[in-house]
Amino acid sequence: MDKPAPVKRTLGGWALIAVPYVWLLIFFLAPFLIVFKISLSQVAVAIPPYVPTFDLAGGWQAFVENLGDLSLENYLWLTEDDLYWKSYLSSVVIAGISTFLTLLIGYPIAYGMARSPQSLRPTLLMLVILPFWTSFLIRVYAWIGILKNEGLLNQLLMAIGIIDEPLVILNTNTAVYIGIVYSYLPFLVLPLYASLERLDGSLLEAAEDLGCPPWKAFWKITLPLSLPGVIAGCFLVFIPAVGEFVIPDLLGGSDTLMIGKTLWTEFFNNRDWPVSSAVAVILLIILVIPIVLFQNQQQKIAEKQA
Amino acid sequence: MTRGPTWFNITSLVMGFSFLYLPIVLLVIYSFNKSRLVTVWGGFSTEWYVSLLHNDQLLDAAWVTLRVAFVSASVATVLGTAAALVLVRSGRFIGRSLFSGMIFAPLVMPEVILGLSLLLLFVAMDQSRGFWTVILAHTTFAMCYVAVVVQSRLVGFDKSIEEAAEDLGCPPVKTFFLITLPIILPGVVAGWMLAFTLSLDDLVVASFTTGPGATTLPMKIYSQVRLGVTPEINAVCTILVVLVTCAVIAASLVTRRQQVQKERDERTAFGAEG
Repeated sequence: MDKPAPVKRTLGGWALIAVPYVWLLIFFLAPFLIVFKISLSQVAVAIPPYVPTFDLAGGWQAFVENLGDLSLENYLWLTEDDLYWKSYLSSVVIAGISTFLTLLIGYPIAYGMARSPQSLRPTLLMLVILPFWTSFLIRVYAWIGILKNEGLLNQLLMAIGIIDEPLVILNTNTAVYIGIVYSYLPFLVLPLYASLERLDGSLLEAAEDLGCPPWKAFWKITLPLSLPGVIAGCFLVFIPAVGEFVIPDLLGGSDTLMIGKTLWTEFFNNRDWPVSSAVAVILLIILVIPIVLFQNQQQKIAEKQA
Repeated sequence: MTRGPTWFNITSLVMGFSFLYLPIVLLVIYSFNKSRLVTVWGGFSTEWYVSLLHNDQLLDAAWVTLRVAFVSASVATVLGTAAALVLVRSGRFIGRSLFSGMIFAPLVMPEVILGLSLLLLFVAMDQSRGFWTVILAHTTFAMCYVAVVVQSRLVGFDKSIEEAAEDLGCPPVKTFFLITLPIILPGVVAGWMLAFTLSLDDLVVASFTTGPGATTLPMKIYSQVRLGVTPEINAVCTILVVLVTCAVIAASLVTRRQQVQKERDERTAFGAEG
C-alpha cells in the first residue's frame, strides 16, 4: 500500500469518520483515563467506593484541589504486597508456556491443513473456526468433566490400566495450560495456516531436487517463510492469555496466581476499586509493548498484501 | 503448497481435530445422561432438557442475553462497517493511527480491563447499570471485530465498479447501498454473526457492566458451574452449541453459494465480452 493520499471529503465523508471515532473515544479511550485517575484515588466506604471524585461543577479551584488529593498509595501498596508482583510474573510465565505449547500443537495442524488437497481446505478451515464460535465458557466448562478426579480422563486411564490412582489435574496449573491451549488454538492456527498456504511449493521442490533432506528444507524454507504467521498467532494467544480470568478461575487451583483473577477478586470480593484500577493500569503497561509490536506487524502484513 | 499430505500431516490433523472436538462431543453426550453425577453414565434420558423448561431464572437470563446480543450486534455492525470503510477508504486524516489503534487494541485487550474501565466510565457518568450498559459495552468491543472482518472483505474489492457509478453521477450514498454494500455483504453478515456470538458468550465484560435485573446467561452458567458440574448445564450448553453450529454452517453455505454464483456471473460477463 502506498501512503494513503489525502482524499477530498464531503460532509458525509467526515461523518463516516466521526461516528465510529467518537464512539471509540468515549467508550474505549476515555474509560482508560478514568481507570488511571481512580487508581490514584483512595478507597472509601461510599458509593462509588473511592475519593476524591472529580466534580467539574466545582470549577477550576475544586479541580486543582482534587488533583492535590491524588496519591500513589495504591501503587506503593502493589509493590509492598508480594501477591501482586507474583501474580504478574506468574501470569506472564503461564501465558508464555501456554503460547509455546499452543504453537507446538498448532503448527502441525496448520501445516497439515496447508498440505491437504485444495478441495478439502474450506472444510478444514471451517472445522477450525467452528469451535471459535462456540462459547468460550462452555469450552472451558467441558474440560472440568474430563479432568476431574473421578472425571472421564481418569476413568479411561484407569480402565486401560495405565494408572491405579486418579491423577490430580483439575485445579492445578496443568489444567490451566490445557484450558488456554484448547481455547486459543484456533487463534494460532488461522494466521499460521494463512501464511503456510501462500508458501510457494516450488521452493521446496527445488530444495528436494538439490538433495536437501525434508527436515532441513522445513527448517531452512518453510519455517522462516511462515514466521509472520507464527508471530501473529503467538501474539494473539499470549496477549489475551496474560489477562485471562475464566480459565484460571474454573480450571486452576487456589494457588494458581493470575492477574486477571487477582483483579477480579480485588474488585468483586474486596470491593477495592482504586487498587483494582492500579492493577489494571500496571497490566496495561505490561501489555503495551506486545500490543504495539503486534499492531506494527499486522500493519506490515496488510501493506505487503495490498 | 501443492504437494500431497504425508501420513504425518494426516495424523496431526486427526489428532488436532479430535482435541478440538472431543470435549464438546463428550459434553453433548453427557447432557443426555440419566444420572445426576455428570461423569457416570446412567442411561439415556432427556429429563434435563425438560427440567430446563421449568427453570425460570435460566430462561429469563437467556432472554436477556438474546436481546442484548441482538441489539449490540446490530449497532456494532453499523459502526464496525463504517470503521472498516474509514480504515480502507478514507485516506489520511488527523489521528488516523489512533483510530486504527483503537480498532485493533480491543481485539487483544484482556476482558477484565475492558470491563473494569467501562464500569468506571458508567459510574463516572452517573449512569445506572443494567441492560443498556451491557449493550453499550458489548457494542464497543464487537464493533472492532466487525471492522476487521469487513475490512478484509473491502481490501480485495474492485474499486472500478464504484468509480464507474460515481462517474455516471451516482451520489456516494446511493453508490454505497447499490454497489459497495451488496459486494461486502458476506463480510457484513459474518461480522454481525461474530458480534452476536461474542455478546452471547461474554461473561467478564457483562459481569462488570451489568446491574440488578440484567443477569445474562453466561453469568448464570458461571455461577452454577462454580457450584459444580450438573447435567442441566450440559443441556443448556448443548442447546447453545447446536444453535451456533447450525447458524455458522448455514451462513457458510450461503456465502459459498454466492461465491459460486459470482464466479459464474463473472465468467458469463467475460465470455460475452470476448
